[in-house]
Parts: sequence; structure tokens; C-alpha cells
Amino acid sequence: MVAIVQITLLALLAVTAFALLRIRNLFAVVMLGGIYSLVSAALFTSLDAVDVAFTEAAVGAGISTVLLLGTLALVGREAKPRVRRPILPLFVVMVTGGVLVYGTFDMPPFGDPANPANHHVAPRYIEESPHEIGVPNMVTSILASYRSYDTMGETTVIFTALIGVLLLVGMGPSPRQLVWWGEGNQEAESSEVEPEAPDG
Amino acid sequence: MDDRIILRVGAKILIPYILLFALYVQFHGDYGPGGGFQAGVIFAAGFVLYALVYGLGNAKKVMPPAVVHACGALGVMIYAGVGVVTLLLGGAFLDFTVLAHEPEHGQHWGILWVELGVLVTVFGVMVSIFYAFAGRRRAGP
Repeated sequence: MVAIVQITLLALLAVTAFALLRIRNLFAVVMLGGIYSLVSAALFTSLDAVDVAFTEAAVGAGISTVLLLGTLALVGREAKPRVRRPILPLFVVMVTGGVLVYGTFDMPPFGDPANPANHHVAPRYIEESPHEIGVPNMVTSILASYRSYDTMGETTVIFTALIGVLLLVGMGPSPRQLVWWGEGNQEAESSEVEPEAPDG
Repeated sequence: MDDRIILRVGAKILIPYILLFALYVQFHGDYGPGGGFQAGVIFAAGFVLYALVYGLGNAKKVMPPAVVHACGALGVMIYAGVGVVTLLLGGAFLDFTVLAHEPEHGQHWGILWVELGVLVTVFGVMVSIFYAFAGRRRAGP
């Protein structure tokens, strides 16, 4: 039963990916991207990775779809028509994909307790974390306590992303800059207008 | 704006529950799926929904850009601050066991504060990025 659900979800992912490639309407592309994330989240849930699924649904299907819609309101809704047939890139992608699929043949079987991933530190986390940390959700105790350094680094990365976006996209023109550019103050007032509705 | 009454009323009903659910995800993260990152994104989604329905100007009145920018930095500071506190209490950096008399309680306190730091940063960053994109106007005609 689980296998049927997973095969269905994987097939849906493939269909969505092909649709993403073919469609030129960017609004549909953004929506399909959200659907792709949502199907991925369902797939992660079926693999018992609920924390990952939660993040995928919240970030991939939620916030990033909204951000892409906000970008769409700036750049327009139609992709530029393609000028030539991309034979060479297609060939490179096919070869890379083939090599990757060939690489999976060497992977250990899925869910096998003898896998290397189940042997290094995982047994210690499973045995010790209930009385070392005392938090029922082991994902939380690993993320926040055992690998606290990593999580601090991740938080810093998110903060760095903010700095990057603010430097590139900007906080909007400040009134002083506008005076310096000689555009006057009325521009500063009209810069507070709402963005165009993304679906309009 | 006034012709979208269903959207406005619907959003008004939904937003408190979205924010409440974010807090649930945050504080229930020790027991179920979820944690600071997911809670921060959901909390930000509540404000993004407000901005989409009621306009960016109103959203910036509710949650000024200066505040969300500061939130992005504040969360990292809370996180690193927990590490500094553990250092001052005689433990290693981010070793939560020294935060309380019982090591296990110390771990609980440490995880609580650290997750709070993640929540604040993720919330601030997501809303800031949304403001940055939504605040721009289309280039050219």
C-alpha cells in the first residue's frame, strides 16, 4: 500500500517537472512549483520524515511561492520564446542524469538496518537522547542540542541571506537618496503604493 | 479594494489562527514535528497574507520594516547569546547542561531559547525579503 502511494507521488512529481519544463506562462510555472513542493512534502511524510515534510510544505509551497509571485508582478508573466533548440544542453543533462541513476545502483538498500547511516552516531542518539536531553522528538534534540553549532550556522546563513537580499533588491529608496538623485520628495510618497496584485 | 469583502473577512478570520498555529508549532516542537524554523515561516506567512490582502502600506504600519530587519539580527544574537551564557556559567559553548541544576532541565531551557532565536530570525528574514520584493515597482512601462 505504501509502495503504491509512493509510486503515485513520484509519478506526480515527474509529471509536474515535465509540465514545469514545457509551460511558458510564468504564473503557471510558479503555481506548479508550489504543487511540486507540496507533492514532495507528501512523499517525505510517507517516508516518515515529518519534520522535513513540514519545512518543505511551509517554505517550498508557502513562502517561496509568494515571493516568486511578488517577483512575477515585477517581471511580467510570459517567458521569452526560445530562439534555438537546445540539443547540447539536453545531451549534457541526459548524460548527467544517466550517471546519477547508475550511481544509485551502488546505494545500500532502502531502510536496511545494516546501512552505514544507521551505524555511526545514530544508535547513540536513539539510546542516550531520552535521558540525556529528555525531549521526545529526537529531531529537535539532535538539531538544537547535539548539533547546536550547525543550527547556529544555519541561522546565521538565513541572516546572511537577508543582508544579501537587502543589498541587492534594496530596502526601497530612502528620501535622502532621492534628493541626491534629484527626484524630489513626491517620489518617496508614491513609492509606498501597493504592488500589483500578482494574479491580476 | 472594497470589492473583495470575502477575501478581507476570510483573511481576518484566518490570520489569528495562523499565528496561533505558529506558536503551537514552536512550543510543541519538543514533542511533535516542528520547531523554530517552521514556526518562523508560518508566523511570517500570517503577516504576508495580511500584506497581500490589506496592502503593503497597512502591513508596514502593523510590522514596520525596521522591526523585522532588527528581528533578523536579534534571533542570531539570542542564539549566540545562549552560547555565551553557557560559557559564563562554566560550560562549553552551547553546552546546555549548565543552564539549570539538573542537566536535563538545562537542555530543555537551552533548546527553548535556541529555538526562539531561530524563530525570531526566520520570521524577520522572511517578512523582510517579502517587503523587499513587494516594495519594488515594475521597471519601465
